[in-house]
Amino acid sequence: MAGDATTRDLIGWIERFHDLVREHQAELTELDSVIGDADHGSNLARGMDAVVAKVQADAPTTPADLFKTVGMTLVSTVGGASGPLYGTFFLRFGGSAGAAEALDATALGAALRAGLDGVVARGKAAPGDKTMIDALTPAADAWDAAAASGASVLDAASAARDAAREGRDSTIPLVARKGRASYLGERSAGHLDPGAASTTLLIEALADALATS
Amino acid sequence: MKKFINDPADVLAEALRGIQAAHPDLRVDLDDRVIYRGDATRAGKVALVSGGGSGHEPMHGGFVGVGMLDAACAGEVFTSPTPDQMLAATKAVDSGAGVLHIVKNYTGDVLNFEMAAELAAAEGIRVESVVVADDVAVQDSLYTAGRRGVGTTVVLEKIVGAAAEEGADLDAILALAQRVSENGRSMGVALTSCTVPAAGKPTFDLPEDEMEVGVGIHGEPGRRRVPLASAAEIAKLLVDPILADVDATGPAIVLLSGLGGTPLIEQYLMFGEIAPLLERAGVEVKRSLVGDYITSLDMAGIALTVVKADDEMLRLWDAPVVTPGLRWGA
Repeated sequence: MAGDATTRDLIGWIERFHDLVREHQAELTELDSVIGDADHGSNLARGMDAVVAKVQADAPTTPADLFKTVGMTLVSTVGGASGPLYGTFFLRFGGSAGAAEALDATALGAALRAGLDGVVARGKAAPGDKTMIDALTPAADAWDAAAASGASVLDAASAARDAAREGRDSTIPLVARKGRASYLGERSAGHLDPGAASTTLLIEALADALATS
Repeated sequence: MKKFINDPADVLAEALRGIQAAHPDLRVDLDDRVIYRGDATRAGKVALVSGGGSGHEPMHGGFVGVGMLDAACAGEVFTSPTPDQMLAATKAVDSGAGVLHIVKNYTGDVLNFEMAAELAAAEGIRVESVVVADDVAVQDSLYTAGRRGVGTTVVLEKIVGAAAEEGADLDAILALAQRVSENGRSMGVALTSCTVPAAGKPTFDLPEDEMEVGVGIHGEPGRRRVPLASAAEIAKLLVDPILADVDATGPAIVLLSGLGGTPLIEQYLMFGEIAPLLERAGVEVKRSLVGDYITSLDMAGIALTVVKADDEMLRLWDAPVVTPGLRWGA
């Protein structure tokens, strides 16, 4: 049905995420140098460069194939914690999409939720630990709420984007309990979490891609 | 940034080429970024695989060889290697007796080694893992990433490598690795930050008259910043938290590692301050090692590791080892 996200739209999402990561690469690394190890921007950029090249080469025709390619490429090129975490997100996202050729708002919400659950299972973080979960959880919640009230994929994506941004900013006062920032203890408070920042770019990219589709 | 590099993006690949050129008795897989022993794993010998982000040289690649590691996976600077690198290494070195993964406790390393172990198990290889978490600067808690893995890793790789060379089976190797891990504690201090080539500038700013206490090995700031102190005072800042954390009385192996930018003369000066503090507290320094063994690029700093050691651990420590980073008895 018209308005559903097609494989083409979803490839657009991945390409837009690549652009946003490139655009914000220095900023992500800067955030990471304050409370981490100064490599989040460069690692994610390297991974998304590889993803875009692989997607262009493979030309996947279903969402499931697309996200399997994206997930495996991130796992094998990024390293660090973000490789397995972003990789697991996309692998689970694709798994939820099943054999569908296009995803409506409910199916995209379910895929987002599956991705989130995968990240939680792999990283064992909870909301409030100052991680990417703090942006992804409110995004998935906002998506589901919008979809339940009959919103289009575009409106659901806008709601998720706004919630992700709010979630990202909520990490500033938090004391990190997971990841490398946790070694700082109280000193991690007062800084934006780089993982929540890049996850917000991911959701912004989805909203952007659907708006231009 | 002033560094001996061509392009920041090529640092790891080009350094691996240099390792191959300098150590023809090792085999460097430049595609998978794995450093292997030159000879195949002897039938029945448990294989040891470690790895982690680069920038800590000689760890881990410099500890590949007879009596230590069978393979080391090199990640980008300060970034864990990926599961496919670890899987390739695990498959290449398994002789059928199983493989021990030696993992430092960082979220990325743990997640990637976990995925690799799952993939290896799916291919019928028995893999066990030991996670080293010895840094007393980090408060341990169920709700955090836990302590970082630092200097005890070097001591563990040496001791467990000797046991594997003697033919111990995987269960015995795992138990020994856990024993070394549980008995090791570390604490570090930095006088400067370090500069990650891809970042191009120091990871944090540290004024001339201040130092970071409780630093890790990735340029992440420590737990607190204090005024620069004398060597004698810094020695206490390193020794006290270790002794407060564990009963280290009795025989011990002590490692004092420079973090990459500290001259050996200062490291020895510090060891001269530290050894009597330990002895006075009942720690018998049976074996010691001073030098750059686990580093953090160009960081000026040192890290102290104390591993309480039993007779078997001391005997295995003394066993022959032939690697670029440690070499004796052969």
